[in-house]
Amino acid sequence: MSQEAHSVTGIDSRKLLMWIFLASDCLFFGALISTYLIFKDNIPNPPYPTDRIVNGEFFHGLLNIPLTSVSTFVLLMSSVAMVLAVYGAQNNNLKMMKGWLLSTIVLGIAFLLFQVYEFRHFLHEGLGLSTNQFGASFYLMTGFHGVHVGIGVIILISLLFGSFRRNSLGSDTGFHIETAGLYWHFVDIVWIVIFTLVYLMPY
Amino acid sequence: MTAVLPLTVKENSNSGIWSWLTTVDHKKIGTLYGISGVIFFILAGAEALLIRTQLAAPNGTIISANVYNQLFTMHALMMIFLGVMPMGAAFFNWLVPLMIGARDVAFPRLNALSFWTFLSGGLLLTSSWLFGEAPDVGWFAYAPLTEKAYTIGKAMDFYAAGLILLGVASTIASLNFVVTIINMRAPGMTWFRMPVFVWMIFVVAWLLILSLPVLTIGLVQIYFDRNFATNFFNPTGGGDPLLWQHLFWIFGHPEVYVLILPSMGIVSEVLPTFAKKPIFGYSAIVFAGLSIAVLGFAVWSHHMFTTGLGPVPSIVFSASTMAIGVPTGVKIFNWLATLWGGSIRFTTANLFSIGFIALFTIGGISGVMHASPPIDTQQQDTYFIVAHIHYVLFGGAVFGIFSGFYYWWPKFFGRFLDEKLGKINFWLFFIGMNLTFFPMHFLGVQGMPRRIYRYDTDLGWDMWNQVASIGSYMLAVGMIVFLYAVWKAYKTEPNAPDNPWDAPTLEWATSSPPPEHDFDVIPVVHDRDPLWYNRDNNIVQEQVTDEHIHMPPPSYYPLLLSIGLLVGGIGLLTTLIISFVGVLLVFYAIWGWVLEPTS
Repeated sequence: MSQEAHSVTGIDSRKLLMWIFLASDCLFFGALISTYLIFKDNIPNPPYPTDRIVNGEFFHGLLNIPLTSVSTFVLLMSSVAMVLAVYGAQNNNLKMMKGWLLSTIVLGIAFLLFQVYEFRHFLHEGLGLSTNQFGASFYLMTGFHGVHVGIGVIILISLLFGSFRRNSLGSDTGFHIETAGLYWHFVDIVWIVIFTLVYLMPY
Repeated sequence: MTAVLPLTVKENSNSGIWSWLTTVDHKKIGTLYGISGVIFFILAGAEALLIRTQLAAPNGTIISANVYNQLFTMHALMMIFLGVMPMGAAFFNWLVPLMIGARDVAFPRLNALSFWTFLSGGLLLTSSWLFGEAPDVGWFAYAPLTEKAYTIGKAMDFYAAGLILLGVASTIASLNFVVTIINMRAPGMTWFRMPVFVWMIFVVAWLLILSLPVLTIGLVQIYFDRNFATNFFNPTGGGDPLLWQHLFWIFGHPEVYVLILPSMGIVSEVLPTFAKKPIFGYSAIVFAGLSIAVLGFAVWSHHMFTTGLGPVPSIVFSASTMAIGVPTGVKIFNWLATLWGGSIRFTTANLFSIGFIALFTIGGISGVMHASPPIDTQQQDTYFIVAHIHYVLFGGAVFGIFSGFYYWWPKFFGRFLDEKLGKINFWLFFIGMNLTFFPMHFLGVQGMPRRIYRYDTDLGWDMWNQVASIGSYMLAVGMIVFLYAVWKAYKTEPNAPDNPWDAPTLEWATSSPPPEHDFDVIPVVHDRDPLWYNRDNNIVQEQVTDEHIHMPPPSYYPLLLSIGLLVGGIGLLTTLIISFVGVLLVFYAIWGWVLEPTS
C-alpha cells in the first residue's frame, strides 16, 4: 500500500488506525460494562449473579468463579502465544510463527467453548436474555466480547492460511501479525476487566 | 501554478456512473457527500416548512398530530445526521488532504466505504417514511416511549438500525481522518502550521470516535428491548429510562460540537483571507478547540437537569457547561480581532462568515443562560430552546457551511458561484433566519411548549408564530436562489484561477479544480500561511516533476461491503435470515478487499 511511504510519525498508518480503533472500542465496552454495573444491585427477580437471600429465601448465585478462572487463564495463555507468534514473525522464524499462531487460535476457540458452556449452563438454570437485567446485560456484554474473540480467531486463521499459501513471511506478514496481535491483546485486556468487575468483585 | 498533468500519471476513467460508484478519490467522495448532504438538507427543510405551515395560524389543520410527531423527529434526525454532518464531511473530504499537502487520505478505500455506509444508513432511515413508520418520539428517543408497548410498529427499529449504520460510517471516516492528519502531512507542515480547519476536523474526528460507540450500545439495547423482550429501559420491568438518557447525551453533546466545529474551521479560513490578515491568536483558537473536545465530554447531563439528578450533579454539570462557554468565547474574540484593522472584502463567503459570528454569539449566549439549572427548568421543552439550537445550528453550522460553499466552489469545480445571487442568498438567509427563530425566544418565554402540533388562539402566540412561518418561507426562497446559483455556475465554462481570493492555505497552490493527484509536486511548507510566505519571499513552487505519481486504483468492494451492511440493517427490520445474508456479503467483500492489489 502506498500509505507506508507517507508517515510523518514513522508509525505505519495501519497500525495507528488499529490503535485509534481500540480507543473507540474502549468506550464500546465501557458502555456495556457500565450497564451491567448499574443493574447488578437492582435485579428484580432471580436468578442472581451471586448468592443472595431475598425475603428469607436463599438463591444460589450463577457465576462460577473457579470455572471462569480457568477460561480466563486460557485466554491469558493465548496472549502469551500471540506474543511468541509475533516474535517469530519479526525474527523471520516461520515455523515458530505458525506454531504459536496455531496455539493462539486453539486457545481462543477453547475460550469460546468455555463461553458456550457457560451460556448453556445459565440458560439451563433459568437465566434467559429477557429473564431480568442480569441476563440482559450479562449476555449482551459477554456476547459482544465473544464476538470480538470470534472475529480475532477469524483474522488469525486468515493470517495462518495466508502464511501457508505464500510459504514465506513476505514483506508484510510480520506487520499484519503484529497489528492483529494488538487487537488480540486488547480483547484479552477487556476480558480481564470484565472478569475482575463482574466475577471477582464482591458485592 | 497551472496544472501540467505529467504523462506518467496513471489516469483512471474519470466519468460515467461506474467511476463514481468505484471511486476512492477523496475529492469525488467529498462531492458525493456534498450532493447527498444538500439533498437531505432540502428534504429536512421541507419537513420544517410543513411544521411552520401547520403552526402559522392557531388551530392548524394541515397535518395530524401523528404526522406532526414524525415530522419534527425526522426533521431533526435528517438535519443532524444526513444534512449538516455530511455537508461538513464534504468539506473535510475535499480539504483535509489538500490543506496538509497530501495526495489522498491514508485509506482511500475506507473513505469510500464510509460514504457508501452513510448513504445506506441515510436511505434506511428515510425509507421509514415510505412505510408510514417514521420515528415519532423526538430525535433523542426518550425511553420508555421507545419501548414496544408505546411504539408498536417498526419506527424505532428504523431509528436503531439507521443510526447504527450512520454511526459505523462516521466512525470509519473519523478513524481515517485522524490517521491522515497525524501521518500524511507534507514536509514542513508541523502541527502548529496546520490550518485551523484541519485542527477542528481533528477534534471532530476524536469526538466521534469516542462518543459514537456509546450511542451504538444504547441503540443495540433499544433494539433488544423491542425485539428480544429485554428490559434495559423499561421501568415496569425493572429497567432504567435514565440510563438511555445518559448513554444518548454522552454521545449527543459531543455531537453538538461535531456539528459546529467544521463551520468554526471554515470561518477561521475565510475571515483571514478576506481581511488580508493572518488569523489572530492562532494557538488560542487551536487550544480553545482542544479544550472544547475535552469539556464536551463533561457537560452531557445539562440536557437532564429536569430529571432530578440532585444538587451535586446539577452544580457540577452547570459549572462545566458555563466553562465550555469560555473557549467558545475565546474563538469569537479571535475572529473579531482577525477582522479588526484588516482590509475587508465583503464577498458572499465573508458575509456568511461574519453572519456566523453574529448569529452564533446570540445562540451561544442563550446557551449559557440555560446552563443554570433553575433557569433551564423554566426553559426546558419551550420554544426558547428551539430558538437556541437553531441559532447555533442554522446561524452557526449552516452559515459556516454556506460560507464554505461560496469560498471553495471555484477551487472544487473551477467555477465561481455568482456573487450577486450569493448576496441575495445571504440576505434572504440572514433576515429569514432571524425572522424565523428570534420570535421563538419570545414564544418560549411566554410558555409555548415544543412539539405541540397546534395551539389555541387565546394564548397570545399567534403573531410571533406567523412571523416565524414567514421567515421560514424566506429561508426556502434563499435556498432556491442558492440552487439557481449552483445551476448557473454549472452552465458556465471553468474560469477560476488557482488562487482567486489570494488565500494563504495550500489547497490554493494547486489548480482549480485540482488534478486527480492533487499536487504535481508535494509542497514544502515554511510557514503557517504558506502561500503568503511564498508570495512575500518570492518563493516559486517547483513546476516540473518527473516522479511517477501512483494513485490508488478504483475499487467496488467498499460499495459491496456497504450493501452488505445495508442488507444486514434491513434484516434487523424484517427477519434475521436476511441479516445473515448481509453478513455473508460483508465477509465476501472484506475477502475481496484484502486480496485486491492496490498497486
